[in-house]
Amino acid sequence: MTVFLIIIVIALFSVTVWQMSKIFDLSRGPNTDSSQVASQKDNKVNGYLMLMFLVFIYVISIYCFWHYSKFYLPEAASEHGSEVDTLMFITLALIMFVLVLTQGLLHWFAFKYRGEKGKKALFFADNDKLEFIWTIIPVIVLAGLIIYGLFTWSDIMNINDEDDPLVIEIYAYQFDWRARYSGEDNTLGKANVRFIQGVNQLGVDESDPYGNDDVIINELHLPVGRPVLFKFRSQDVLHSAFFPHFRAQMNVVPGMITQFGFTPTITSEEMRESEYMVEKVGRINDIRKDKSKELMAAGEVPLDSYEFEYYLLCNKICGQGHYNMQMKIVVESEEDYKAWIKEQQTFGATMAAVADVSSVDVSTNEDDALEEDLDEEGNTETELE
Amino acid sequence: MSAVVNATEAHTHDDHGHHEQTFITKYIFSTDHKMIAKQYLITGLLMGIIGIGMSILFRMQLAWPEQSFWIFEALLGKWAPGGVMTPEIYLALVTIHGTIMVFFVLTAGLSGTFSNLLIPLQIGARDMASGFLNMVSYWLFFISSLVMLSSLFVEAGPASAGWTIYPPLSALPQAIGGSGMGMTLWLSSMAIFIASSLMGSLNYIVTVINLRTVGMSMTRLPLTIWAFFVTAIIGVVSFPVLLSAALLLIMDRSFGTSFFLSDIFIQGEVLSHQGGSPVLFEHLFWFLGHPEVYIVILPAMGLVSEILATNSRKPIFGYRAMIASILAIAFLSTIVWGHHMFVSGMNPFLGSVFTFTTLLIAIPSAVKAFNWITTLWKGNIQFNPAMLFSIGFVSTFITGGLTGIILGDSTLDINVHDTYFVIAHFHLVMGISALYGLLAGVYHWFPKMFGRMMNKNLGFVHFWVTAIGSYGVFFPMHFIGMAGLPRRYYTNTAFPYFDDLQDVNVVITVFAIITSAVQLVFLYNFFSSIFFGKKATMNPWEATTLEWTAPVEHIHGNWYGDLPIVYRWPYDYSKTNEDGEYVITGQDFVPQNIPLQKGEEEMNH
Repeated sequence: MTVFLIIIVIALFSVTVWQMSKIFDLSRGPNTDSSQVASQKDNKVNGYLMLMFLVFIYVISIYCFWHYSKFYLPEAASEHGSEVDTLMFITLALIMFVLVLTQGLLHWFAFKYRGEKGKKALFFADNDKLEFIWTIIPVIVLAGLIIYGLFTWSDIMNINDEDDPLVIEIYAYQFDWRARYSGEDNTLGKANVRFIQGVNQLGVDESDPYGNDDVIINELHLPVGRPVLFKFRSQDVLHSAFFPHFRAQMNVVPGMITQFGFTPTITSEEMRESEYMVEKVGRINDIRKDKSKELMAAGEVPLDSYEFEYYLLCNKICGQGHYNMQMKIVVESEEDYKAWIKEQQTFGATMAAVADVSSVDVSTNEDDALEEDLDEEGNTETELE
Repeated sequence: MSAVVNATEAHTHDDHGHHEQTFITKYIFSTDHKMIAKQYLITGLLMGIIGIGMSILFRMQLAWPEQSFWIFEALLGKWAPGGVMTPEIYLALVTIHGTIMVFFVLTAGLSGTFSNLLIPLQIGARDMASGFLNMVSYWLFFISSLVMLSSLFVEAGPASAGWTIYPPLSALPQAIGGSGMGMTLWLSSMAIFIASSLMGSLNYIVTVINLRTVGMSMTRLPLTIWAFFVTAIIGVVSFPVLLSAALLLIMDRSFGTSFFLSDIFIQGEVLSHQGGSPVLFEHLFWFLGHPEVYIVILPAMGLVSEILATNSRKPIFGYRAMIASILAIAFLSTIVWGHHMFVSGMNPFLGSVFTFTTLLIAIPSAVKAFNWITTLWKGNIQFNPAMLFSIGFVSTFITGGLTGIILGDSTLDINVHDTYFVIAHFHLVMGISALYGLLAGVYHWFPKMFGRMMNKNLGFVHFWVTAIGSYGVFFPMHFIGMAGLPRRYYTNTAFPYFDDLQDVNVVITVFAIITSAVQLVFLYNFFSSIFFGKKATMNPWEATTLEWTAPVEHIHGNWYGDLPIVYRWPYDYSKTNEDGEYVITGQDFVPQNIPLQKGEEEMNH
């Protein structure tokens, strides 16, 4: 593939060079003047080049749509996502139509009306009717797009509490994410960076009873079909929570809580098995196999084969680790989700365990396990710094 | 008004040429607008070389991530140990590339050069309203360029929070090394730059209003002048807001205020800042930032309109509609800034408002594009290099502008915000287009600036390779953007999901290297033509505007004797009498200073 593309690039480049030399030859004739103002021949050559350039624009558009449209994200995995995609395709179709038309006219006119000696240009200074037409057409088309877009936008952004959304806090710091589930009361405990201490890495207010049943975790599990309301909080700088597969994004701003809600509709398992993803993962694994061969030749460990997972990316420049700040998202059935969340330790239990460890100095097996946990936490903290 | 000015001016300039000029007053601290224009142009070109060079470096990193190149080690030194670029310097390069290209090349290099050169020459004035202020404006620009470049040599690295310098990242040296001394220098440089820009803009506005020659009514101004005039007004309205944002940021950084900072825990400690909001900074920044893109593109539009008409040998189509659309774009440009912030956490209702105003701006832009196309229709097109770049401008402006319909729509912006789709969009619509405008202007007015002609064949080569290359770079970029690839990532292969986009990144980088290499042809042509180009005649392109009635050699006061008097609008190309003969027999253009001929009807354009 790469080789093919590079060949195309080189071919285009050599065509250009060839054309250049032709221009040079044409202008080097015995009768040419050296005024450096476009001559009859320049007009002819460049007129034809304009036509070829139009072909180039069409070819590169077709090539890109043909070969690169497979990169477009898979079917939206959220309820509002399909509406976003529909609007996107309508807009894209419209844009391509206008593009083909206007580039066609522009370059065709440039070719057709290339300068010739003795040719008389038409003195055509204005025409109210024409100008009215091409003012009113964009007005109508854009009005349609604006109205469609605005309805979709308010649908997405108006979060309805009556749907009983699952409330989850997404917490961002340089350079990782945490998720805080609001627990059985579906209400997040108060939090502020000023409460950060020891294992309380998210700064949850210990005195707030709503916080006791909160669950803090570094992997996001979502039940399929249930509305989720995300509340975003940042510890240090601006981040942006980008869920490309769910057509969702919201900046994470220190000092304020931002929010975004959506309903996941496709489980990780279903997405993994979709035709699109099988193909894409296949391509990626082919690339990884090639890389593994090189690695093994160099005596290193080969790469694992890749399996698709949804992810959350940081999409606002946040420092040197910005490029690798992501969190895994698992969309699963309601039952799986419930079973999973039950296994997780609540914030209250974590804090109580820490208090136990520090007050009682008895070494049991359980405590050992806890201390190991603490070590892990400690490690993440040093990583943070 | 202007008549009075002329009388006094004519008096003071009777003795031009008699006073001795030293090297310093002629070439360095010159108050002559033509010399200042050349200073702006050459400084802008040098900054452009640096800015484009940086883009090649980080494009190489993106195409061949974390591989070793000797050129990295040679240019980046400790930032590329073993020839592998570090993430810190990657972000710094991205930041300084953006800053240099937007402000130093496309604002100062484009508008500074051509406003200075063309405003007095095209309106028939001896010089700018204040030559001294003009000189100070250039030297402040020069100092700000030096300060910006000096930040590249700071120990902890230059500013690296993105050219939009959103706090808290830009405010906290703990968050990223470049936010220490590097950011201080960035802010100082921009403060000086803004002062320079304001002095320039005020000068342009005053000159256009007060110093027009006899007969040069506002509706007889060439579109270039309209564009420069309106650009200057937007600059005066919006640049002070950036200055205020920069000042508040300096206060937050150095004096412990909390305009933009609140609730921050970094490197194991809580900062005392409380109550500020980064979103406030975004509002202030984009209140300049959005008009800024029109500050960049409007002058290019003006230049292109002029060049298209001249080389099509036709009047620009819809002169009044063109002026109206410049005014409409200028007005709308100040009320659309929120479309950069749809997902910033501001109230979603504001998102709706900004979607509405943003898509409105497509209407005057569409009118302009259609009018340019119609200007070509039934013309007698002379393909001088300037004309090629002008047609290229219309092409990239349309391609880049259309995707604005996607980004300006809050719903669609959710998923393409801050991806490569945005990069593709703005590079085509304001980066490449404005550069085409700049290059078109250089080719067209080179004879006026240096009294010599540039080599047309090298110009043709330059255009065609650039035209193919810039589509090759930015067209595929839309697709990796729609795949969800975020911008400002040091590498796209840290996790496997984007591995299959790597080929496209290689193609983009190869095109970028070819395209930037061919700019060397332009630089060679430019600098060698200054000294060895063919001597220019007074009006090589057979144009109608007043600058082509001025003598080739540069003199103080622009014209020998009296100033020209204007009798007609600037677009009398191929105008015929009722019998189908040109108004002036054997000549398809009528300069503005030629009185109406017998039997000629005045255009009621």
